[in-house]
Amino acid sequence: MENFEPVIVAFCCHYCAYTAADMAGTQRLTYPSNVKIIRVPCSCKVDALHLVKAFEKGADGVYVAGCLKGDCHFNNGNDRAASRVAYVKKYLEELGIESERLAMFRMSAGMGFQFAQTAKDMTEKIRELGPSPINVAKAQLKGEAA
Amino acid sequence: MITAERKPLEEIIACVAPFRKVLLVGCNECVTVCAAGGRKEVGLLASGLHMALLQQGKSVEIREHTLERQCDPEYVEELNSLIDGADAVLSMACGCGVQTIAGRYKDKPVFPAVNTKFMGASERQGVWAERCQGCGNCLLGQTGGICPIARCAKRLMNGPCGGSTKGSCEIDPDTDCAWQLIWDRLKALGLTENYVEMIPAKDWRTSIGNGPRKIIREDLAE
Amino acid sequence: MKTDSKLEKILAAGHLAVTGECGPPRGCMPDKVREKAKYLEGVVDAVNITDNQTAMVRMSSFAASVIVKQEGLNPLLQMVSRDRNRLSMQADIIGAYSLGIDTMLCLSGDHTRFGDHPMALNVHDLDSIQMIKMVKDMRDEGKFQGGAEIKGAPKMFIGAAANPFADPFELRVMRLAKKINAGADFIQTQCIFNVPKFEQWMEGVRKMGLHKKTYILAGVTPMKSVGAARFMQKRVPGMDVPQELVDRMASVPKEEQAEEGVKICVETIQRLKQVEGVSGFHIMAIEWEEKVPEICERAGLLPRPQV
Repeated sequence: MENFEPVIVAFCCHYCAYTAADMAGTQRLTYPSNVKIIRVPCSCKVDALHLVKAFEKGADGVYVAGCLKGDCHFNNGNDRAASRVAYVKKYLEELGIESERLAMFRMSAGMGFQFAQTAKDMTEKIRELGPSPINVAKAQLKGEAA
Repeated sequence: MITAERKPLEEIIACVAPFRKVLLVGCNECVTVCAAGGRKEVGLLASGLHMALLQQGKSVEIREHTLERQCDPEYVEELNSLIDGADAVLSMACGCGVQTIAGRYKDKPVFPAVNTKFMGASERQGVWAERCQGCGNCLLGQTGGICPIARCAKRLMNGPCGGSTKGSCEIDPDTDCAWQLIWDRLKALGLTENYVEMIPAKDWRTSIGNGPRKIIREDLAE
Repeated sequence: MKTDSKLEKILAAGHLAVTGECGPPRGCMPDKVREKAKYLEGVVDAVNITDNQTAMVRMSSFAASVIVKQEGLNPLLQMVSRDRNRLSMQADIIGAYSLGIDTMLCLSGDHTRFGDHPMALNVHDLDSIQMIKMVKDMRDEGKFQGGAEIKGAPKMFIGAAANPFADPFELRVMRLAKKINAGADFIQTQCIFNVPKFEQWMEGVRKMGLHKKTYILAGVTPMKSVGAARFMQKRVPGMDVPQELVDRMASVPKEEQAEEGVKICVETIQRLKQVEGVSGFHIMAIEWEEKVPEICERAGLLPRPQV
């Protein structure tokens, strides 16, 4: 596992984080390619099922990036997303996945630097945590089969 | 509606772990509304079980299916094509749904994945509270539309007790005193004289006192 | 006279009645009951024997009442609807009366949440008011609650509790009326610390003439310490302990607080004697029964009248 490269899924709100990612690009700020971005119309469009399924399908870390407090394009979608993330964190603990592997971040469309920094920080954090226990179990199962 | 809450994952795992193929069945009625056992929760549980079991080195095949109404034999028939492929059924419906499946498929073990809680109403988004205990002889007309049996911690039919404090029940400041609510309603309705009349001892035969209850509508029954 | 109860005789003769309280022990310790009863001998007209008070299991009220009776005192059997259905209640009432217990108090009981068996089911087949009606019908109609005839009806002198301090205040007099209509012969109130509020309640009671339809025994409790005062003020639902009393308890050194508590209790009794409609006192000296004789003496309630 010394060559571990985490797979991180970032659900990014179209109105803020996704645009911030664009901004990071135009500013030529680099961020790790481990982060796979999925654009969503609002952070609250991300269902608990999407978050859980991401881990089931092999993500080592997942985060949701929504607008700053009070800035949601749809009133309070970002706050709902935050409570959903908190709810799923508990579920992850229950099924044996460290809850730190899931996070909620808030940023505005202009925060290209923060976007890149968040992607770096999250990648580093997950790198430290190592592969998700699900991926470890899958690898073990494969090894046994072989 | 009938409200429910998912059981702890650990308890569910203990039920399904001995089996290879499990049919996980949700219900589109009450448990969907209270976010305990609808299609979405079925998906979440299936995914969670997969991951939890994987870590234990076990692989259980989980087939997901959500019925329109699990407490209705007509809808349960839908499982005929799936049941043979399953060693056990895990139900996310209320206890009525679990028993309908158990009654229909006699040779399949059925496990509940939720704890059925109470007959309640939605107080606000994400909050459900008990409102009815199905006593079989409704008193709401006398008590201003607020049920002392379901909502008074001592089921006092002639309350409030001496523990009513600033509108709250003595057992918990977040629980309303049902009799304070009743009194406020009677006042608002100009029906305070209703209070003076003693509500006599209840005949519990219409409730849980007389064994399992049944309703037979002659015109509908086949 | 409806019954042979000593308490009824005292009250009917127009004397200020005095009742005390004895909480049965949490174990097979009959001597403990005798010891507590000894303090109250000749000091009170009847001794309330609590029924699993604060929802903690104790020796049954019935058994402790029999012991107290054997000691020559008059037990006042408390019964809560929390722990028994109507069959069990009626059986105990007949049993108790057969053993010479002729006075009882009908209560709904503290919620199990507060006791040491929070996992137990609350029965509440009847509420306290329906229980009063049942006991009255057993006595006056000679009928079981289910309607059948009783051969040898129990002639209980029926008591009920009233809390003038709980909310909603405006309902408290009406609820008392409901208890009286159901058949309450006498009332024992919650501990009175807030005398003005009690007087306000009594004004409502008199306005409806309820003090003429029942005997009201004012409940008093001596506070052992400022800690106890604070506990009752903050923690006991439906208790009204004014801040000035807590301050007064706090103003004296720790070793004098017990005496201050007794002093307050005696003063309260003196004040309540002036309130029209008060027919006596119910002194609840919780785990402090030995103080009751002194309180009665200082409040001028001794010697007890012979009837």
